[in-house]
Amino acid sequence: MSGDEAEKVYVAPGKYDEFYYFVSGGFSGQLATYGIPSGRLLKVIPVYSVNPENGYGYTEESKPMLNTSYGFVPWDDSHHSELSQTDGVPDGRWVFINGNNTPRLARIDLKTFRTVEILEIPNSAGNHSSPFITPGTEYVVAGTRFSVPVPNKDVPISTYKENFRGTISFIKVDKDKGDMSIAFQLITPPYDYDLSHAGKGPSYGWFFFSCYNSEEANTLLEVNASQKDKDYIMAVNWKKIEEFVAQNKGTMMESKYAHNKWSDETHSATSEILTSTRTLKPEDVPGCIYYIPCPKSPHGADVDPTGNYIVGGGKLATVIPVFSFEKIKKAIESNQSDGNVEGIPVLKYDECLAGEVQNPGLGPLHTEFDDKGFAYTSAFVSSEIVKWKVETREVVDRMPVYYSVGHLSIPGGDSRKPWGKYLVSMNKMTKDRYLPTGPELTQSAQLIDISGEKMKLLSDFPTIGEPHYAQGIPADLVTKNQIKIYKIEDNKNPYATKSPNDAKVVREGNVVHVYIAAMRSHFTPDNIEGVKVGDEVYFHMTNLEQDWDIPHGFAVMGNQNSEMLVMPGETCSLKWVPERAGIYPMYCTDFCSALHQEMQGYVRVSPKDSNTPLTFSTGNK
Amino acid sequence: MNKTSRILILVSALVMIAIYFVPVWNISLDAPQYPEGLGMQIWINKMTGDLQIINGLNHYIGMKTIQPDSIQELKFMPYILGFIIMYGLLVVIINKKSLLLSWIIIMIIIGAIGAYDFWSWEYDYGHNLDPTAAIKVPGMNYQPPLIGSKQLLNFNASSMPDIGAFILFASGIAAIIILIYEYKKSKIKNTGL
Repeated sequence: MSGDEAEKVYVAPGKYDEFYYFVSGGFSGQLATYGIPSGRLLKVIPVYSVNPENGYGYTEESKPMLNTSYGFVPWDDSHHSELSQTDGVPDGRWVFINGNNTPRLARIDLKTFRTVEILEIPNSAGNHSSPFITPGTEYVVAGTRFSVPVPNKDVPISTYKENFRGTISFIKVDKDKGDMSIAFQLITPPYDYDLSHAGKGPSYGWFFFSCYNSEEANTLLEVNASQKDKDYIMAVNWKKIEEFVAQNKGTMMESKYAHNKWSDETHSATSEILTSTRTLKPEDVPGCIYYIPCPKSPHGADVDPTGNYIVGGGKLATVIPVFSFEKIKKAIESNQSDGNVEGIPVLKYDECLAGEVQNPGLGPLHTEFDDKGFAYTSAFVSSEIVKWKVETREVVDRMPVYYSVGHLSIPGGDSRKPWGKYLVSMNKMTKDRYLPTGPELTQSAQLIDISGEKMKLLSDFPTIGEPHYAQGIPADLVTKNQIKIYKIEDNKNPYATKSPNDAKVVREGNVVHVYIAAMRSHFTPDNIEGVKVGDEVYFHMTNLEQDWDIPHGFAVMGNQNSEMLVMPGETCSLKWVPERAGIYPMYCTDFCSALHQEMQGYVRVSPKDSNTPLTFSTGNK
Repeated sequence: MNKTSRILILVSALVMIAIYFVPVWNISLDAPQYPEGLGMQIWINKMTGDLQIINGLNHYIGMKTIQPDSIQELKFMPYILGFIIMYGLLVVIINKKSLLLSWIIIMIIIGAIGAYDFWSWEYDYGHNLDPTAAIKVPGMNYQPPLIGSKQLLNFNASSMPDIGAFILFASGIAAIIILIYEYKKSKIKNTGL
């Protein structure tokens, strides 16, 4: 340490960080937002996991977001965040993140920092090589990590080679609204599709997917999928496939999958079950898919800012192969191949290779780039970051990280325009780096200054869940679009209460709808009688505030559900089924005002057969 | 009155049309938890700004809600301004110093009544508080100053003229200067110097 590190990461009170960083939560299923260089946690955005802290996945409005063809799945494993791009540069509109376990793809709107769309990916299992995007956000991709029968069916596992297949899905993104729809799915040989990146510049129109297990093993992959010297990077010409799709090539396959969308107008989600996708086999799209041999069980497939080079991260390899797009094109044109797999030509390694980075560290995984022609590769086994020159492939610097880095991330580091000032190393182990917290320790990120010739470690900061990948972006690209409140007059929730005068309690059989208006520092109504044991009570609360940073919360005693936070101008509904007669306090859970503690009320619950009339009031009204 | 004076009076009268399109008075409220500030602008015919938020906060001290619809002045002030402008045009057409003098006097009277009326609204809002209010500070009233700043609990309330008031003020001053000039000129003529 040289002494000026503290100054470099110090962001004075009241000042803003220079970059937003969107760090995946891994097994937490969420997406965390940090400020860089301070490493301050700004917000955890609930995506795939229920979040009783604010009611996500518990309120009636948000429940449909987590619907799938398997039903309500309240958790996922979120690995990679990817910012939308315009012209190959992150634009700060949306961030996408994959769900690895129950294959899904989510879009978060950076106006509100809310998950606004989740699309299930059918015919997939383990959506890992996702959600990488094309330079104009035309498509976001989803490649399956586990090959499975397509469509899924009951077969002996030992029939892997015959019955299992991989799929690569291209999901179209609406240019203005961001809405996602599956454009087509490629049915591929039964490998494990791991990571991917789109071509850009000269390689625009192509997509590169790494894959391992070309051995097609279905058991003890640790050994059985590590036998071949080389697996593949799959090159897909999506531009050309678009032409085949326009000609209606391929087969519409029956497949059930959920498409969930959030509306900022109704403040609620809808879930639709879709029933088919267009599937394309390699023979449906001749000349569109090629395998490039890549040593050995490659993980990262990263494209440099110019789009000329594709870097494979062979996690068991002793070198980093750097492929030249120019040479790949020539190899395709020369028609010389090392045979084919299920009709997919295998190009010759040497003909595609620009060169290899020698001695890159053990277990190279991922590569990102700066704006000065350098690449940075994470080496998991030797726990270091290796800096090398893209054009010459020579290593110019290396530094240890603590410990065992997975992904690394430079703002814009996988785009056409990296902001090459910081690098964040996301480490898988922390051991002795922080005060110990029992056997389960925090995960860690390390901030590294890459503005100079030598990399400099600046700080460590703990992260939520397990950070896999992260993406950073200059803060002003996001702050300029922020909204502070939802306008109450635009609230189209059918259960909205737009004035305290409209507050009411309505019984429909054994369902009781409570329309609550919340305004500092009281609920209208705050005394409710006539609810009976076993009733299905819905508290529909509208926050009438139109003031910045004044959410109201709502909770009722003994509710086997959660609480909810309602933002200014929003309506949220919380279900409660009381099981015992008595008096139940309800109160505001978000310290809203000087009289927040007074923001409370009572619900009287009477026995099922009682005659207590349904009444409601606030104050003397 | 000479041509230049009449043109200047015409400009002074016409420039007041702009008052219809800009706020006349501005009340701003600053508090530790409102770094972005709260504001309320009073126009010739309406009130804008963070009224809803200010009303929400005021209920703690029992202040009446500010409802622009119930303030009659906002309904007839546009006509009074129209009258002032028309009167100015009349001064230009009829071209008499005495008429110019009366225009100035009318402007001063209307301005003074307006200021008093505004002050009495402030007094009413600041003093006539709901006795059941949550926050009661003995001896405290919440009347903002007519011009200037005052600390009202956690809020520092500043009341300042806005563009409309400045225009009105500038037109009045211009009219006075023209009047003085015209009187001096005629004095010189009469004495034959």
